[in-house]
Amino acid sequence: MSLFKVFDISGSALRAQTIRLNTTASNMANIDSISSSTATTYRARQPVFAAQLNDAEDEAAGVDVLGITESQAPLRREYRPDHPLSDPQGYVNLPNVNPVEEMANMISASRSYQSNLEVLNTSKQMLLRTLTLGD
Amino acid sequence: MAIGFEGALSVHAQALEIRSRRAEILAANLANVDTPNYQARDIDFKAALASVQGREETLKTTNAAHLPAQGDAPGELLYRTPVQMALDGNTVEEEQEKAGFSDNALRYQASLQLLGNRVQGLLAAIRGE
Repeated sequence: MSLFKVFDISGSALRAQTIRLNTTASNMANIDSISSSTATTYRARQPVFAAQLNDAEDEAAGVDVLGITESQAPLRREYRPDHPLSDPQGYVNLPNVNPVEEMANMISASRSYQSNLEVLNTSKQMLLRTLTLGD
Repeated sequence: MAIGFEGALSVHAQALEIRSRRAEILAANLANVDTPNYQARDIDFKAALASVQGREETLKTTNAAHLPAQGDAPGELLYRTPVQMALDGNTVEEEQEKAGFSDNALRYQASLQLLGNRVQGLLAAIRGE
């Protein structure tokens, strides 16, 4: 019965979208995490999605999170000589998080989460109806 | 008159099987709505049902040297042609998939209802009340 597989597929999507929401939350939370060196500054993180195509006989694939990448966009630098974390030149490094991008990402992730949840619910109802066949 | 369960349940049992397979494929499309380079897939329900029923149309061979037409195996997974492709190579169009999934779920329940009626009919015939 392939309807049971829908739970695996949509479940994997829910998990992937949750990771995406978590990275967005982490990016937004660290938007003002100031650092003195560029190496220790927080960089915007994004999950990398890929279809689960490891099984050849599987025709429908769920989604996997391959990993989290850090954005290589340039960090913001501000001249704040009075800041305790400023470097000898008086500059501080700010994360390269773009709040507009993060908000758009968040909305997209939550919409995808919702639609996968809907699929899960519909499949559940279909299965429950099937169980009461002939009653 | 012989009443076989296979005959009594008719096409609905097979339809349910294909409907559940299609539900799985559409769920996979919706799961991969944000996966780069993922290509949306679907099956042709009519062709799949015809192939299950063994009524698929094939090319007629009039000579022994003719090769049997293979063509696309009915019920084979096809790729959807996107109206607007995403920049990352993803061809899933969420609205279309959602509409397709709802449509498929409704038709699944319709087949289920008809199948249930058949079972009830059989039960009535067995009891002979």
